[in-house]
Amino acid sequence: MKNSISFLVLVLLGLNLSCAQQGENEVSTPDKITFTPQLIIDDLPIAWGMAFLPDGSILITEKSGDLIRFKDGNKSIINNSPTIYNRGQGGLLDIAIDPDYKNNGWIYISYSSEEGEDKGGNTAIMRAKLNGNSLTNNEVLYKASPNSTKGQHFGSRIEFDNDGYLYFSIGDRGDRDVNPQDITKDGGKVYRINRDGSIPSDNPFVNSEGAKTAIYSYGHRNPQGMVKNPYTGDIWTNEHGPQGGDEINIVGKGKNYGWPVITYGINYSGTPITDQTKKKGMEDPLHYWVPSIAPSGMTFVTSDKYPSWKGSLLIGSLKFQYLERLELKNNKVVYREKLMPDLGRIRDVKQAPDGFIYVSVEGKGIYKLVPKI
Amino acid sequence: MKFIIITYISALITLTLFLSQDKALEESIKRGADIYSDFCVTCHLPNGKGVEKTFPPLAKSDYLLKNREESIRGIKFGQQGEIVVNGITYNNTMPAMGLDDEEIADVMNYILNSWGNKGKDFVTPEEVSKIQKK
Ligand code: HEC
Repeated sequence: MKNSISFLVLVLLGLNLSCAQQGENEVSTPDKITFTPQLIIDDLPIAWGMAFLPDGSILITEKSGDLIRFKDGNKSIINNSPTIYNRGQGGLLDIAIDPDYKNNGWIYISYSSEEGEDKGGNTAIMRAKLNGNSLTNNEVLYKASPNSTKGQHFGSRIEFDNDGYLYFSIGDRGDRDVNPQDITKDGGKVYRINRDGSIPSDNPFVNSEGAKTAIYSYGHRNPQGMVKNPYTGDIWTNEHGPQGGDEINIVGKGKNYGWPVITYGINYSGTPITDQTKKKGMEDPLHYWVPSIAPSGMTFVTSDKYPSWKGSLLIGSLKFQYLERLELKNNKVVYREKLMPDLGRIRDVKQAPDGFIYVSVEGKGIYKLVPKI
Repeated sequence: MKFIIITYISALITLTLFLSQDKALEESIKRGADIYSDFCVTCHLPNGKGVEKTFPPLAKSDYLLKNREESIRGIKFGQQGEIVVNGITYNNTMPAMGLDDEEIADVMNYILNSWGNKGKDFVTPEEVSKIQKK
């Protein structure tokens, strides 16, 4: 009897725990699909990032190293793209164009690089200009160190805020107990630099002894989604947790997002990392996912093409292979919806200047979401 | 007498060869376990069971156990397109992970000797180096 009572208590406790976040963890399937995904660029194994040029062409980073331009229905390879360290999750990663691209022509690329003395690689940011079929004026703006032969957590996404600062992310490079909580080390950080690579004089750690002064926020695991919230100007990120504990965060100057001291996730082997999900001086996520969806890519819907989605956030799921639409109210997720199920791992999603949403699906290519009329 | 000594010595040599091969395999498997948790675990999971219809299982995978060369090729150069594993069709992408031949041999030895899998022969870096892209 005693045994069965304690069993009952355990079961009830378990139920309580699992209910705690149910509202947020339940993903709904829409009654009516209001769009058709149209495969506009096929035959791309892993299109990691995309950038939309004023002439209507799309630049695509293929993880294995090719920089591709898609123009008037044709793909061509752009020469002189950065040499990558092809290892694990590394490769040719994100791409973005300058906020003032029309006048200065700068393109920014994140990638894993072997540059430096030590064996292995780490994340780098380059800027360059497109001249015909080639990149020119290539300049490395940042190269994280030291190199490592680990295959994990290079990040990386690039975004600009309203003041024109360049933000990029680097994951913890598989060294969670070494990098994320130490501001004198690269990895597990969101960085802020000027677009020429110099360090803004009001960055949070410019006066801290030995700090990497490009750091803007720390305690991240592996952010692979980053977007400016067009309504507030804030920089939003999503990041992979371990098993469980993926997060959405709004990055704040000098703030600590807690990895690996606090997390809603556990080790892949099922053992706990920490029993803490909160700690003074560390930020709670705006949202977290248990189980993990493995988020990648992120965009806000602001265009009039999808009236019922206005203000929503779209995020790709690598693990469950769908596009997630999240409705927000006062910086809280109030509704989650599953779109584009079962096409493949979704790597990137962007609202382009033409107002349409473009989605990169691994093993397939790039889809344009065409609203149904 | 001579015969006995010769037999004895050759038996000893065979045994040492055997044992040192065993030892080498054991060490390769150990290194392979580290490679696995660095490069493979996010998709194929710690128990090697994968995710049905998305990431194929390695534990008791008929594909892995019957197609040694194809499996090595997939890990070396990436694997894309339709494959059938334990009766279930997968049509997905595994990227090339940039492992060197020794690392691939190690991780093959690990997955061929874990979760109840029993590999026949030891995979060597030489075997991996001979496998070319198709
Ligand atoms: C990004 C996810 C991912 C990672 C990481 C990954 N794989 Fe795979 N693996 C796959 C997918 C997907 C397939 C099936 C591809 C297809 O559909 O053609 C596959 C197929 C295989 C196969 C053949 C099919 C089977 O189940 O027997 C083997 C063997 C294999 N992987 C081993 C590995 C090893 C070893 C590693 C680490 C070195 C690894 N994989 C890392 C996703 C992954």
